[in-house]
Amino acid sequence: METVLRGRAWKFGDDVSTDHIIAGRYLTSTDPKVLGEHAMENVDPQFVKKVKPGDVIVAATNFGCGSSREQAPIALKAAGISCVVANTFARIFYRNSINIGFPVVECPGLPEKVKEGDTVTVDLAAGHVVLPSGETMPFHPLPPNILEILNAGGLVPKLRAELAAKSG
Amino acid sequence: MLAHTMTEKILAHASHQPSVRPGQIVDGYVDLLYMHEMLALALKPFNEIGVKKIWDPSKCVVTIDHWVPPPTPEVARMHQAIREFCWAQGISRFHDVGDHGIVHQLVVERGYVHPGELVIGCDSHTNMAGALGAFAAGIGATETAAVMATGKLWLKVPETIDVRVHGKLAKRTGAKDVILKVIQTTGDDGASYKAVEFHGDTIQAFPMNERFTLSNMTTEMGAKAGMIPSDAATKRYLEAAGAATAYQPLDADPGAAYLRTYDLDVDAMGPQVACPNNPANVKPVGEVAGVKIDMAFLGSCTNARIEDLRAAAELLKGEQVAPRVRMIVTPASQAIYRQAVQEGLAGIFLEAGATFTSSTCGPCFGGHMGVLGPKEVCISSTNRNYPGRMGSPEAQVYLGSPYTVAASALYGQITDPREA
Ligand code: SF4
Repeated sequence: METVLRGRAWKFGDDVSTDHIIAGRYLTSTDPKVLGEHAMENVDPQFVKKVKPGDVIVAATNFGCGSSREQAPIALKAAGISCVVANTFARIFYRNSINIGFPVVECPGLPEKVKEGDTVTVDLAAGHVVLPSGETMPFHPLPPNILEILNAGGLVPKLRAELAAKSG
Repeated sequence: MLAHTMTEKILAHASHQPSVRPGQIVDGYVDLLYMHEMLALALKPFNEIGVKKIWDPSKCVVTIDHWVPPPTPEVARMHQAIREFCWAQGISRFHDVGDHGIVHQLVVERGYVHPGELVIGCDSHTNMAGALGAFAAGIGATETAAVMATGKLWLKVPETIDVRVHGKLAKRTGAKDVILKVIQTTGDDGASYKAVEFHGDTIQAFPMNERFTLSNMTTEMGAKAGMIPSDAATKRYLEAAGAATAYQPLDADPGAAYLRTYDLDVDAMGPQVACPNNPANVKPVGEVAGVKIDMAFLGSCTNARIEDLRAAAELLKGEQVAPRVRMIVTPASQAIYRQAVQEGLAGIFLEAGATFTSSTCGPCFGGHMGVLGPKEVCISSTNRNYPGRMGSPEAQVYLGSPYTVAASALYGQITDPREA
């Protein structure tokens, strides 16, 4: 997995819920492409048109609160977002993201330092975010078990590899 | 010996360790895995993992609840895939259309959850099962696939927040009002990554249906689990549900260390309402009384049990829903639906001009069977009111108890049920 992610920042506030990220009316689809076309539509109907592959979401607290719908991180990933950096995340959104191999990082204080459109670099291995000014904001490195899942590309590839190792 | 919280004791038991501490990452072996339509999204990852059979079909429960009956061919296909999978895998506790219910309600009323167990559901309101003294937490689709393949999942042992509730509530005020007050106090992320335990005389006096409402909405505090120690009321409920009686309650030790303790005195507290667009934006009903409504919804896993329907029927009996207001009543399970018909509650709703539907999540998540249009205002017995939750992002959703929903339906505006 890519560990240095670089892209333009899209800023969001507190309590962006899974209802904001992908509305309930689209949950009948399990196709990432369809879901990606409607990412963040409840907040900004133009969002997916403006996003470029690699862009980063920078949000305040409790990002991804609400339902357990895995379609939320799937939609963001499919829309081209490379990573979400927030002060804090809601628990299930966090787990779902890691499990599908979508990096999410808690970096308290970052939102105040980043303007919409700033290019930021998120270095997952080094554990910091580099701002346009060159300033770096450190974050707690991800726990080893989470890094292991991300490095494998998600929980499914990790389990598949483990099972293959066992039977082989 | 160190004193432990319920969470620590249940997770130690589930991970086959003498004891665990908060922050520790453990592999928890699952006693019950329950699923709804999310299972359809878990099938692809499950197949990709490469195991043929699920680890233990006798530990799985499946129903369909979000879209029942299916409103589109896509959903019908989803249900087909679920059905075929359950039959092929030998999941005997698959509850298909007609025998279905909102999964959180279905697993408790059928006696599938027991105190002391590690219960995992593929839905955020799995917290509800914690009212029976289990550690019950929600996960997403990929992880559901992983649990089906392996029977276990990694869990970081959470710290626990102790919520103590004391006092006797005012008339027509109950667990929904208490939990809204608690969420107002903690905020909608006040218990993020944490477990919650409820104690106090108000909780002990609550019957199981009220306890389910409490645990259910710990999700709106951001909590990983929301537990209530088991007692005589739990035991009676389990017996009536036909649950196995050989369970091992794992309650907190005296002197267990909590991250925080909230003491809430609810003596004479009246009904509460969460205002748009956050479940923590809570006000006493008097402060929002008079807000005109277009729809009143009595449904969801939070508040659509038989007791909730009885409460609403008490106000609606012989009365009419206000002009220009539509009321939708959707029981939390088919068992409750049948009972409501037998008790005559269905007739009361229909006479009052309400719609009485078969069980589904439907309107709660803006899926079908009663979605809101732009600028419409709804009073709802559900648990979330983020923008777009029940339909149009411009709709306004207020959350309240079944009493508040019924009283508001009668007057066409948000109404204090004590005055109805
Ligand atoms: S009723 Fe609402 S909150 Fe409960 S499981 Fe269904 S969609 Fe979720």
